[in-house]
Amino acid sequence: MSVIENVSRRGFLKGLASAGVFVLSVRLLPESLHAEGLPGNAGVDHAVFNPSVYVGIDTDGTVHIIAHRSEMGTTSRTSVPLILADELDADWKRVKLEQAIGDERYGSQNTDGSHSIREFFEPMRQAGATARMMLTQAAANQWSVPVSECVANLHTIVHSPSGRKLGYGELAAAAAKLPVLKATELKYKPKTSWRYIGKGSPSYDLSDVLTGKAVYGMDARMDGMVYASIQRPPVLGGKVKSFDDKQALKVAGVNQTVSIDPFQGPWGFQPLGGVAVIANNTWAAFQGRKNLQIEWDNGPNASYDSEQYKKQLQQTARSSAKVVRNVGDADGAFARGGKIIEAEYYLPHLAHAAMEPLVAVADFRDGKVTTWAPTQNPQAVQDTVATALGITKENVTCHVTLLGGGFGRKSKPDYVAEAAILSKKVGRSVKVVWTREDDIQFDYYHSVAAMYMKAAVDAKGNPTAWLQRSVFPPIVSMGDPKLNYGADFELGLGWTDVPFNVPNLRVENGPATAQVRIGWLRSVANIYHAFAVQTFADELAHAAGRDPVEYMLELIGPPRVVDMTNVKNPNYGGNYDIYPNDTGRLRKVLEIAAEKSGWGKRKLAKGSGMGIAVHRSFLTYVANVVEVQVGNDGRIHIPRVDTVVDAGLITNPEAARAQFEGAAVFGTSIALSGSITATNGAINQSNFDTYPVARMREAPLQTNVTLVESDAPPAGIGEPGVPPFIPALCNAIFAATGKRVRELPLSKIKLA
Amino acid sequence: MVKLKVNGMERSFDGDASMPLLWYLRDELRLTGTKFGCGMSLCGACTVHKDGKAIRSCITPMSAVSGAEITTIEGLGADGMHPVQKAWMKINVPQCGYCQPGQMMQAASFLKTKKSPTDADIDAAMSGNICRCGTYQRVRAAIKSAAEELA
Repeated sequence: MSVIENVSRRGFLKGLASAGVFVLSVRLLPESLHAEGLPGNAGVDHAVFNPSVYVGIDTDGTVHIIAHRSEMGTTSRTSVPLILADELDADWKRVKLEQAIGDERYGSQNTDGSHSIREFFEPMRQAGATARMMLTQAAANQWSVPVSECVANLHTIVHSPSGRKLGYGELAAAAAKLPVLKATELKYKPKTSWRYIGKGSPSYDLSDVLTGKAVYGMDARMDGMVYASIQRPPVLGGKVKSFDDKQALKVAGVNQTVSIDPFQGPWGFQPLGGVAVIANNTWAAFQGRKNLQIEWDNGPNASYDSEQYKKQLQQTARSSAKVVRNVGDADGAFARGGKIIEAEYYLPHLAHAAMEPLVAVADFRDGKVTTWAPTQNPQAVQDTVATALGITKENVTCHVTLLGGGFGRKSKPDYVAEAAILSKKVGRSVKVVWTREDDIQFDYYHSVAAMYMKAAVDAKGNPTAWLQRSVFPPIVSMGDPKLNYGADFELGLGWTDVPFNVPNLRVENGPATAQVRIGWLRSVANIYHAFAVQTFADELAHAAGRDPVEYMLELIGPPRVVDMTNVKNPNYGGNYDIYPNDTGRLRKVLEIAAEKSGWGKRKLAKGSGMGIAVHRSFLTYVANVVEVQVGNDGRIHIPRVDTVVDAGLITNPEAARAQFEGAAVFGTSIALSGSITATNGAINQSNFDTYPVARMREAPLQTNVTLVESDAPPAGIGEPGVPPFIPALCNAIFAATGKRVRELPLSKIKLA
Repeated sequence: MVKLKVNGMERSFDGDASMPLLWYLRDELRLTGTKFGCGMSLCGACTVHKDGKAIRSCITPMSAVSGAEITTIEGLGADGMHPVQKAWMKINVPQCGYCQPGQMMQAASFLKTKKSPTDADIDAAMSGNICRCGTYQRVRAAIKSAAEELA
């Protein structure tokens, strides 16, 4: 029923690293949706009628739907089951969601890469249609009428000629006796009959969240559990030389200390090691830890200095590097002379800093682990915990709580493995609580990046040649620290897929070796790629004395599919025939954004400016117009943002709008103050004082989101709002002040 | 021995009086609606009311709440939802929701002092509460909506 690519997650964890960590794993859909013959212990499996692993119906009419994706704020937990409920024609008020444990029978649970709806739209419809058609058949049998005379209508089957009705609960037992339909036998509801798709629903958990009842990882509890706080090696790859816990053990409530071994081989998702303090409550564990005396062997990464590293990256970016896409002959065009424009860009490391610091509860007993964790990827938890304890993944049960934010950090289950290791050593359930300082200092950082851009322009200022070169330590270094070029999937994030209509175009990537753990953060490499591409385009527009919107439209060129012949084109795991890079859609969002924002029509006060940027990521097209006011003191105020989105068919528009509002704030944080630096291998930032994020007074006052009506297949929502916002803001700052921003964060630049 | 009231119930605590109220609420009373975010009064996720006013429970030692009346998100709308919670629902404010108990406790305290707040008033009152999902625009709208209902 689905494409299953030959990519093994276990293989990845063992060191395979060149493929798309999160992009390709999404292709692992279940071989069969059907519960028959599959062992299961979810509520769905115990329902009277359960024709799919995702849905079960009880005789009281309760429809149980499995939410197999994690909820970190994107409303996936609600929106994915909503598709099933729609196709089943169920009454959403009578639907009970059950969060899935980690189990590969549900297909990919890696809630990452903005693909929950995209990958599971069809599987959800299949499951819903299967159940609905079997219920319809059961009703027809009971009435001895042709099934063609029976229709589903909001939790009931109606015999149209006679008006007789039977509820889903009344039919469940009879439906359960029927043979499960094959995918090829299914008939879907027409779009005009959709109840929920395209209309959406608030989060299933809204009321619990508002009353403090919702259970996040931080709130999980197991009987008899103890609390742990871990002092980890300050430098990646460091080890404990010796430690003295005498003072720590004197703290009231502290029970013991336990060592955790450092990682072996590539760090992957393994814990960093260190010394844990075990106590009766969180506070005592924190206090005990402050009283540990540890001598560290910092290892080779102790030489890492991010200022020096920055210079290295910039130097590398100035020399020719690996060509990853080539059109025409850029060097030839540069050699012919004319006006040449060059620019360099630089973005630092970033931390995820989700509001809920990392946390996990685990219980090791009789060779098996049960864990509760706020994880984006419970199957990776199974693998990682199993490897850490030398057991099989079938012996790891991972329950998924709500996540207090994730942004990619909670896909990497090092923190869950810590809890499992400690539980085995202590012989009790253990809750590991990371402090905010731990969360910022032991992250998988968004990669630092240096970009070099060069264009030759004609008399109108249009580029006849365009060269772009990026240098960044890649995510795949976690599987092999020697890997120093961007992986195909990283380069496919807004770099090789640059959509411009330039006759001579060359895209390059240079090497950089990771000296901290690199991971993916909301929109990933698109952040630095879009920043360089969209800022440079704005520079060229101004150099030509032309309007940036008009210039950008000409740069994008006529509506077409970007030719990716002979270019590695991961395309976010999406088939290029189904999800082409369509410049017509790119142009359209830009044009609508210009119109909605009053581009070129509104008179702005002195010190104010508007900037644009447009970018496709996660198969979604987004344009931003940002209006900025820069005060005499250099302080930035963002009164208005206009965001226009073409994400294909959108299941839950209100939730989508919220994601793009939030993306503008996330982008504001990155632009204003996002910066992780290291000295002697250790991270300099530690809490929201040294790693500030946007507060209400800095955040955009008003973000207007326009969702383009589209029949295109569903695309990403959670991430694509971030990449264009940042260059649009910086282009607005140029319009307001004449100061070009080529490096972030803005807090390190004088604007006044 | 520290005696206090939490959501109207008499409580007493005889542990380490330097322990912050946050951990007493969460680990001892299992009132986990109040969240841990930073431990330094930088993010506001731990906001509760002490005698009706917003405080950061992560830096408030138990010794400082002797005799106090503490209200947490679980006790905010004693008879159903408080107008702030209703407004949050109407405007559909939360994304991940983790910071929202703190946001609502801060807003409920603030709205006792300002009946019809301006944007600048709201900025000043709410900028101590971080939301990483970026729901500020909706928080602002919900505060205005709640202010109307309370007026």
